[in-house]
Amino acid sequence: MENILTINNLTKKFGALTAVKDLSFTIKKGNVYGILGPNGSGKSTTLGIVLNVVNSTSGSFTWFDGNTSTHQALKKVGAIIERPNFYPYMTAEQNLKLVCKIKEVSDHKIDEKLETVGLLDRKNSKFKTFSLGMKQRLAIASALLNDPEILILDEPTNGLDPQGIHQIREIIKKIAAKGTTILLASHLLDEVEKVCSHVVIIRKGVKLYSGPVDDMNKSFGFFELKSEQKSALLIWLSKQNTFKDFKEEEDNKITAFLAQELDAESLNRQLFEEGIVLTHLVKRKESLEEQFLQLTNNLN
Amino acid sequence: MLRLLQIEFIKLWNNKSSKFLILCYFGLLVSIALFASIKFNIGPIRFHLAEMGIFSFPYIWHFNTFIAALFKLFLAIIIVSMVANEYSNKTLKQNLIDGLSKKEFILSKFLTVLAFSAISTLFIFVVSLLLGLSFSDFNEVGIIFRDLEYLIAYFIKLVGFFSFCLFVGILIKRSAFALGFLFMWFIIAEIFPYIYLMSKYSKEFADKVFAFSPFGSMWNLIAEPFTRLNAVKSIASQVGEEVNRDFAVHWYELLIVLGWTSIFIFLSYYLLKKRDL
Repeated sequence: MENILTINNLTKKFGALTAVKDLSFTIKKGNVYGILGPNGSGKSTTLGIVLNVVNSTSGSFTWFDGNTSTHQALKKVGAIIERPNFYPYMTAEQNLKLVCKIKEVSDHKIDEKLETVGLLDRKNSKFKTFSLGMKQRLAIASALLNDPEILILDEPTNGLDPQGIHQIREIIKKIAAKGTTILLASHLLDEVEKVCSHVVIIRKGVKLYSGPVDDMNKSFGFFELKSEQKSALLIWLSKQNTFKDFKEEEDNKITAFLAQELDAESLNRQLFEEGIVLTHLVKRKESLEEQFLQLTNNLN
Repeated sequence: MLRLLQIEFIKLWNNKSSKFLILCYFGLLVSIALFASIKFNIGPIRFHLAEMGIFSFPYIWHFNTFIAALFKLFLAIIIVSMVANEYSNKTLKQNLIDGLSKKEFILSKFLTVLAFSAISTLFIFVVSLLLGLSFSDFNEVGIIFRDLEYLIAYFIKLVGFFSFCLFVGILIKRSAFALGFLFMWFIIAEIFPYIYLMSKYSKEFADKVFAFSPFGSMWNLIAEPFTRLNAVKSIASQVGEEVNRDFAVHWYELLIVLGWTSIFIFLSYYLLKKRDL
């Protein structure tokens, strides 16, 4: 598969602070990537480096297998970094015309893209009169003007109201459905979980994981169990090596983490044979949030 | 190259205040023609500026470029703000993300500086030519097109000055502070030391030193034209002062200003390249 972006041992130091440390990963065409990390973990710095606005201390990155210079490559990229930045005194249309000039594409797609983000009726309004949600949507329209190979979004829903967040997510889903490669940086895990197929997790500038969302944690899931014979159940669990860990929750529920594959039916049968009757049995996979917390906590 | 100029044109022309200032500037250039209408009568003495010979070829080239160069302060505001606003609106960051290289960014600003200077030079050429044709005593082609080097000096003077503005805009990142810095530089780095050198050593020595400073070298390009006027000369000789100045444009003066221009543009690029946005 074609590589869109390759990052090799990228490091960025701000004085004594190391914002990004020896980071390497590859973005391949057609996938939707999420860069996850708590605030200040180096997500934006990494994106800043590959987008030509931050100088790296060491390491390198190449766009499109290194066939073009960075600024030429960026013409095939659509990117939104943190806040939307446009000329406040210019209208939506004038701003987009300027972007077309910079990207060297014709400006006949302006109306179409404004339509995509629902701003066509405001195209002659000045940028400064826009609400934050509209500004963000204009930024997306601007990023789409060149029908980019990859769309980079850095915290696209930050600071928006629920309606705005919903609109942005719908737009992202629509774009992802067309097969555009997307790189989404966020600290909102459900956002990433909903749209991404691959994740890169960084904390304090260090990569913890990169790969498909499903392989993120070699986890077999966990059971939520309830029984009137709680003590017997606990004793039984402690004897099993199919479970690596278990804990009692406050509502008499027991959460038991699997160390190997086991389905709910066989567990139920085994317990019944031991004379333990369950009142509650649920098998679950960890959500991305739980996996993320586990992964980041493991290193603490 | 045309693309870079178009980009800058979109940015400037859609901004009401820039547009206003640009129009004001060119309006002011035309207003030089108003000198022609300065007339007053003091008792028996009739004074008509246009008849004093200021609009005679080839002197008009010297006089008009000198006066017009004073108006460049207007455009300085535009140049400084067109750079500093890119920082305060964070549009510089967006431009780079959209695929403008840092070199292209500086180039687009510098080309704008060249364009402004060229248009201004052309403007002053046309205005002077028309004024000269209507008021000059000599209208032979050979005389009309003598001393055109003042126009070259004028062009270089503007380019040098605007490049300085460009650099300060990038250095300071805030228009108001950048303009303040230019003013402070003028007073503290050039006027005060000049006065100091002049009083401690001699005017000649101070002149020599400041022929190499940014503002000093630009000032030197076009010598003040007033003492060259016959009327002023005759008054001076009546009070026993012999005016014997060198009014010509010298190649080494042009070279110094061009040197500063390249230093400013290079430093602007270097700063932009080194900075994280």
